[in-house]
Amino acid sequence: MTVALLIEYIIKSGLILIAMTVGFAYVTYYERKALARIQSRIGPNRAGPWGILQPVADGVKLIFKEEFVPAKSDKLLFLLAPVITVIPALIITAVVPWGRSVTLFGRQIHLYLADVNVGILYLGAVASISVYGIVLAGWSSNNKYAMMGGLRSTAQMISYELALGLSFVSVTLLAGSMSLVDIVEAQGAHGFLGWIVWNLSQPLGFIIFLIAGMAETNRSPFDMPEAEQELTAGYHTEYSGMKFALFFMAEYIKIIAVSMIASTLFLGGYLGPFVDRLPWLGPIYLFIKTLIMIFVFIWVRATLPRFRYDRLMAFGWKVLLPLAFLNMFIAGIIIVLVGG
Amino acid sequence: MFIVEIGRGLWTTLRMMFEKPVTVQYPEVKRPMHARFKGRHNLHRYDNGLEKCIGCALCAAACPSDAIFVEAAENTDEERYSPGERYASTYEINMLRCIFCGYCEDACPTEAIILGDNYELSFTDRRQAIYTKEMLIMPVPAGGKTTPQKVEPGIFNRSIPVMENPKD
Repeated sequence: MTVALLIEYIIKSGLILIAMTVGFAYVTYYERKALARIQSRIGPNRAGPWGILQPVADGVKLIFKEEFVPAKSDKLLFLLAPVITVIPALIITAVVPWGRSVTLFGRQIHLYLADVNVGILYLGAVASISVYGIVLAGWSSNNKYAMMGGLRSTAQMISYELALGLSFVSVTLLAGSMSLVDIVEAQGAHGFLGWIVWNLSQPLGFIIFLIAGMAETNRSPFDMPEAEQELTAGYHTEYSGMKFALFFMAEYIKIIAVSMIASTLFLGGYLGPFVDRLPWLGPIYLFIKTLIMIFVFIWVRATLPRFRYDRLMAFGWKVLLPLAFLNMFIAGIIIVLVGG
Repeated sequence: MFIVEIGRGLWTTLRMMFEKPVTVQYPEVKRPMHARFKGRHNLHRYDNGLEKCIGCALCAAACPSDAIFVEAAENTDEERYSPGERYASTYEINMLRCIFCGYCEDACPTEAIILGDNYELSFTDRRQAIYTKEMLIMPVPAGGKTTPQKVEPGIFNRSIPVMENPKD
């Protein structure tokens, strides 16, 4: 572990954290603008030119809001819950590769933070830690609606994690490895045609991953836990100011993370034309694919009405889980037919 | 499942992205009001510059919320404000009481007070809500002279000007 390697890790972690937090701010702006255009109106356009300073204005507002801790709440858990929810969201993209290797300052720098050889398992594990934060938020608010919201959200996230994990499994089968770097390389192994064949064998897996991802992040149409009309904002009812900003941040950063992972596992990650010769194009391709996936999230939010909670749970267990198993079988059959 | 229907819904929302938004960028762009919009009151003048208001206070009598206050004074030929015997020396409308019903406009015999297009009437103090005659009177039309005017004696010797039926 040389000093140069340590500095490289620190810089890459810093980059990921900055990218996630700045990305969060501008995904909220992107969402408001895209939702507005779909609804025939213009989004925010007053704060700064074209409204690009709107996230700054929102951030300043949230910082200056009164921090309110309810009377009989469990203060330590109340303060810890947003932290437990947001930290896993920030670190989940540590294993996503943004490119191949780049030679800078005489060293060969890999464009990923960590090539964990069980990358897929890391993703599933870290995503599950956020669930603790949500149930603690609901519990420590000393508010029965928040508690119900927290429990509903927890149940939803746990149920859809099964389908999520199974869609990961089929990707692992096709690539032969759980490491995300290997998965991206396997998608590009046979050139453009290989990438097409990979995606043709995975449409069901892609759709299952997207649906399960939307349910994981409590995003429309699965946003019953934060439904304003039903549960008066669910598990984050009692939160205001910066703590609410942290929950908000956790949700949007998970959206970015799920989009990045979807583009990595199913759309080819940093692969694209000319990435062999110009390794700097890798992150740009990943960025464009992530933007497209985030648009799909926003698009679905603008279109579909909210699921009723019992139908949501029934869908997760009775429809999505069997489909995910089916997808796994299909992946297995394709491997046997193609011969490894 | 409902895949086809969801797909059609998604296509509809995507199509909406390419249509022009219907937002009106107020206050840079203001929508024009319809023809007889009941906005802020205006006291009109004749083409020669004389005020139409003869201070009869029928509008104050007609007002359901007692918003108008009128004090009349005599016209002399050296200082003539309106073509009749009297003019409104004090004319105040309390915008906090006004309900913009238009009864004053219906009651006025000379078509002096007419509700116009202006709806941007914010104020920060209750005293600023009392709109005086200077704020409500229309500017002098081209070709007229400002009031008070000095006129030849004998021209305006009717006590009330010729009243015509309303044209609108």
